[in-house]
Amino acid sequence: MTINTLSQDGVQRQQMPCLTKMERMIISMQDPDMGIKLRNQRLLITVIPHAMTGLDIVEWLIKKCSISDEEALHVGQLFVKYGYIYPLKEPRNLILKADDSSYRFQTPYYWMSTRWPASELDYAIYLAKKNIRKQGELIEYEKECYNALHKRINHTWDFVVMQAREQLRASKQRRKGDRIVLECQEQAYWLVNRPPVSPEHYKLTTLTKNTIAMLTPWCSLKYIGVSNLNGSYVKYCEQYQPHDPIMQGCLPSNPWITDDIMFWNMNSETYMFIVALPTKLRVERWSFSFMELLNDQMGRKEFLTYLEKEFSAENLCFWQACEDVRHGETAKIPEKVDEVYKQFLAPGASRWVNIDSKTMEKTLEGLKRPHRFVLDDAQMHIYFLMKKDSYPRYLKSELYKNLLARAIVPQETKKSVFPFMRRQRHSSPSPALATQTAEDDGKAKYSNSNSGTASRL
Amino acid sequence: MACQGLAKGETTNTLKAESESLKAKLEEERAKLHDVELHQVAEKIDALGQFVMKTRRTLKGHGNKVLCMDWCRDKRRIVSSSQDGKVIVWDAYTTNKEHAVTMPCTWVMACAYAPSGCAVACGGLDNKCSVYPLSLDKNENLAAKKKSVAMHTNYLSSCSFTNSDMQILTSSGDGTCALWDVESGQLLQSFHGHSADVLSLDLAPSETGNTFVSGGCDKKANVWDMRSGQNVQSFETHESDINNVKYYPSGDAFATGSDDATCRLYDLRADREVAIYSKDSIIFGASSVDFSLSGRLLFAGYNDYTINVWDVLKGTRVAILFGHENRVSTVRVSPDGTAFCSGSWDNTLRIWA
Repeated sequence: MTINTLSQDGVQRQQMPCLTKMERMIISMQDPDMGIKLRNQRLLITVIPHAMTGLDIVEWLIKKCSISDEEALHVGQLFVKYGYIYPLKEPRNLILKADDSSYRFQTPYYWMSTRWPASELDYAIYLAKKNIRKQGELIEYEKECYNALHKRINHTWDFVVMQAREQLRASKQRRKGDRIVLECQEQAYWLVNRPPVSPEHYKLTTLTKNTIAMLTPWCSLKYIGVSNLNGSYVKYCEQYQPHDPIMQGCLPSNPWITDDIMFWNMNSETYMFIVALPTKLRVERWSFSFMELLNDQMGRKEFLTYLEKEFSAENLCFWQACEDVRHGETAKIPEKVDEVYKQFLAPGASRWVNIDSKTMEKTLEGLKRPHRFVLDDAQMHIYFLMKKDSYPRYLKSELYKNLLARAIVPQETKKSVFPFMRRQRHSSPSPALATQTAEDDGKAKYSNSNSGTASRL
Repeated sequence: MACQGLAKGETTNTLKAESESLKAKLEEERAKLHDVELHQVAEKIDALGQFVMKTRRTLKGHGNKVLCMDWCRDKRRIVSSSQDGKVIVWDAYTTNKEHAVTMPCTWVMACAYAPSGCAVACGGLDNKCSVYPLSLDKNENLAAKKKSVAMHTNYLSSCSFTNSDMQILTSSGDGTCALWDVESGQLLQSFHGHSADVLSLDLAPSETGNTFVSGGCDKKANVWDMRSGQNVQSFETHESDINNVKYYPSGDAFATGSDDATCRLYDLRADREVAIYSKDSIIFGASSVDFSLSGRLLFAGYNDYTINVWDVLKGTRVAILFGHENRVSTVRVSPDGTAFCSGSWDNTLRIWA
């Protein structure tokens, strides 16, 4: 799916289903028996055939769709906005008025869905025609576009002017009524497809406004300066240095260097290997930050055990369920959110979580229209609750201290007596297999990856 | 992107002037503080000793330039993609090839391993990002189950799974980044703000996991909010294209590698560049950067075939690694920090430890 919404294709691709629906309705509007009554309209001194009034359109919509005045006007507006119907008197104003102003149906050739490639060349010819007709009296944005095009496709400008003159000459041969209709159709088409602000202009305005919006908060903050912050880098590096195998090596040894995979086996994330006791470094790391604890599957399990003893396990379960909503399949969001509500948020729920009333109110309101981030506020509240309260207490608890005391410090792998004899490098089961088996058991597909935010383990 | 028009009394010139004056005001505030730079603070800590890193594995098998690689969370498997359209999944430890996919296009510039280890995503000149579930059935053609997820209007430069197999973040030569739902291929959010090709992105390792950084040919590095699509911070001090961006492990900063032959470190809280890693003898651009687990070391691959290892805190170069016979296109540290992998235009990948 292309994401360039400013381009022709982008608009069409996003709106194709609604265009089909619109066109179906337009066709029934033009039905000789059940459609809108068309008549000749007087435009200044010329008579335009097959025209209708704004009121006709609105009344037809009210009858056909059984809707109110307001809604009919709104729907009618859309037809005008997307170029299926255009006004005769004030063509620049692409709006529908429920009075006796005249409108016409746009020819299918110019319909949005027809995807007639509105190229720069076509637009240039159109503007050139206008320029010649009105003798240099293009309006502001048209002048800008005309000049920009002149610069960009300068090499074919002779062709452009020649085409414009040719088309004007041909149109002079037609009857005035027909000529006016064709001019109106073309004008309407370009008004829809090249709206009154040039894309470059829009883009620049938006980018500059975004820059201002981004910079403004920084101006009102008391400026921190880096002296305080630089200390934090040193602190972080020093804290993690013992855990950095490239900096300080790892025990029993670095698998890549010694061909011994004990290090990986001992620190296994998955439960394929039954890890009896974790290493001391691993358990220590859980004390660095709440995120480190949650990112390690074993750490998370230990923490859950602790919370169960404190009768607040529902907090962690709620947090996990919210993560599942945030990172899961879009299609499953409504049902997942519903489950979360039933289990954790509904009054009298079996695992009710304690959120402040303001957040709860906001969340419940948002649940009416569930989306990926609807539980974010509640999730954040519970996360910080655990971080500030349960987590520090866990680190001081017997459960944690016990584990830390029992945790092992692996022996360094003795260097091989025959250094030129390479140890055999064993292969390991592919993670794809692990989850395929799990799938067969009907378990969750990505249980391995539920380790929280992206981390470097 | 919500397109904004001009309000009453505004012109593009007045807006530009307002933006410039805000930038100047911030610079003024920064200058007032006599900040102590990072390398000065780091003077007190011990210098790193002799640094010895060797190639421990060489992965041969690609028929053409290796453009990208990614590690699996199992710490030993990798996926790599190449100019010849091949995407290979290796067990880097044994050097065995486990899966191979032939893409319908050449120049597969982006590839990523899914968090579960069950799928890989890749794309390039086809302007798409496709997800291939990895099947263990040797007879099954992986291309059969391919899922087309992202569609850009120009080449795909980088892709990354977010926290699960269900969402992918992409960056493209069309100047935008985008977030996609894998199952439905639906566009969830798009990020506009770069004025040229976006070459790289990286997800923040933060508690709330809601931001990412991107770098591009407009010399800018932008930080984005994934929920709203807003550009929340922007950094522009490089003198040329930014080829790669990577977060510092704590998430408080990120490093960039650029065609101007420098790597830089930007602090998100101070909203400025805090270190620059460069040397007179380094003339060619840095194509790829990554941190060691503690964040003390920065590995950077260059277009002059070398890999330079920098002391992040002191700003000095600790080692220079030779071995590749052509440009180094990608450098990534393994998930547990035991090694890093480099991919090169010499068709090989090397594991260093």
